[in-house]
Amino acid sequence: MSLFDKKVSELHQLLHKKEISVTDLVDESYARIKAVDDQVKAFLTLDEENARKKAKELDGKLGSGEERGLLFGMPIGIKDNIVTKGLRTTCASKLLSNFEPIHDATVVERLLAAEAIAIGKLNMDEFAMGSSNENSGFFPTKNPWNLDCVPGGSSGGSAASVAAGEVLFSLGSDTGGSIRQPAAFCGVVGLKPTYGLVSRYGLVAFASSLDQIGPITRSVEDNAYLLQTIAGHDAMDSTSANVDVPDYLSALTGDVKGLKIAVPKEYLGEGVDKEVRERVLEALKVLEGLGATWEEVSLPHSKYALATYYLLSSSEASANLARFDGIRYGVRSDNGQNLIDLYKQTRSEGFGDEVKRRIMLGTFALSSGYYDAYYKKAQKVRTLIKNDFDEVLAKYDVIIGPTAPTPAFKIGEKTKDPVTMYVNDILTIPVNLAGVPSISVPCGFSKQMPVGLQIIGKHFDESTIYRVAHAFEQATEHHKAKPELEV
Amino acid sequence: MSRISEEQVKHVAHLARLAVSEEEVKMFTEQLDAIIGFAEELNELDTDNVEPTTHVLDLKNVLREDVVKDSVSREEALKNAPDQKDGQFKVPNVLE
Repeated sequence: MSLFDKKVSELHQLLHKKEISVTDLVDESYARIKAVDDQVKAFLTLDEENARKKAKELDGKLGSGEERGLLFGMPIGIKDNIVTKGLRTTCASKLLSNFEPIHDATVVERLLAAEAIAIGKLNMDEFAMGSSNENSGFFPTKNPWNLDCVPGGSSGGSAASVAAGEVLFSLGSDTGGSIRQPAAFCGVVGLKPTYGLVSRYGLVAFASSLDQIGPITRSVEDNAYLLQTIAGHDAMDSTSANVDVPDYLSALTGDVKGLKIAVPKEYLGEGVDKEVRERVLEALKVLEGLGATWEEVSLPHSKYALATYYLLSSSEASANLARFDGIRYGVRSDNGQNLIDLYKQTRSEGFGDEVKRRIMLGTFALSSGYYDAYYKKAQKVRTLIKNDFDEVLAKYDVIIGPTAPTPAFKIGEKTKDPVTMYVNDILTIPVNLAGVPSISVPCGFSKQMPVGLQIIGKHFDESTIYRVAHAFEQATEHHKAKPELEV
Repeated sequence: MSRISEEQVKHVAHLARLAVSEEEVKMFTEQLDAIIGFAEELNELDTDNVEPTTHVLDLKNVLREDVVKDSVSREEALKNAPDQKDGQFKVPNVLE
């Protein structure tokens, strides 16, 4: 039995009653990492010395009788594209293998202010470009449920570390499914918030109009606690929305009576694995049993989402990644003959193939003579996709479907052909294009691998998707299953 | 029919400041051609009267008061520099 099988609220009580210490929690984390991370490979950098020092300091505060916040002393893992002051942040790229940020991301600042403890930095696809963690510039993370399978991506380390019990929870980032798909593959809970709800300041930008940071946890309740801490306006991010953050915990009532669910036929059609479809239909039955109703709807532009996404995200990436030139930070090539050549050599030696491919695609789509045909066309189709969601969500409370068309696939199975790999994100990508929030929660298994249920909501209505996810979780046993790793 | 030529790939690589080997040129030509071919399905849609979406939130210009605040120190700014001299980033000769 691991301490991390308990929820934040339970651990908080144990700390309060002094039945456990913060040091116990930090010990649990590093002991587990030492036992299993040579198999799972979720972490790129550990911050053990600081974390232990911080734990001692917090333990000193425990006896004072003062009321502590719920995240006090809780061990968290952070995706390696979120900057941490003085702690190496690489984006899983060789180019940034020596980079030590000079400030904390806003989300990190807020977690540290809440006295959570950063355990280390988590592996990912390089610059968050990928769906399997096979594009990490260092090594691939493995799925704790089956070490021959991918954990999903790009937040593969974030999801695998939580599933493997190495941390209580983690932060990931989601541009086209990068929180939800690995959460589904690893059997944990992952939320992509509404675009603009969580500050992107200090998140190394991939596609700025799509990127969002979000929590990955074992339970819906813990997910809500974590979002509560990191959400809200930030003057340092000019795309941060100035909206009031509701009390997410009060939404966890278990009551979904009268809830209207839309199920897009495009999300259960061709390309979706038969057993995945069965798990989703079973989940809908559970929600019906709780008093919700569902109807089939259409999101007619779904089939265009993938092409739209790759054009827009790669275009934005090609601009965002121009800053990695080996001048101000990063690993500079020794082979540059002049300034332009130095840029070229640094980038060619530092970036992996997928990152280069997307920079090339984006540069092409933005280049003179092609801008209108590709980039602008994709922006227009984005409007059509967003309209699809607006129309359905005007009539229904949530949209439900699978998170990914299949369970986790084998390592190496899809690396040959980029388009085959991209198709894996077909059910998560439209959500980023529309900017709406979406959660993945465990809804059972297919061939011993976890399946994720995706619940999509209206802009800034995280409360409703948490309410539905929580009601479903409480009515089922899926979230209690844990992978067995040999120690 | 090929939608993108090896010459175009070399030009785009230069714009993107990437050095590519002949082998990579071949690989990228093939792969970009496939991705662009796939992207051309968007042409099935009539978008003449559709406004492009650059951003999902209706945010207008976000401004702040013009007040002096602490900024990054020179030492911090240079902390990760691969090469530096006299408190500045050092680069190879720009003019030959």
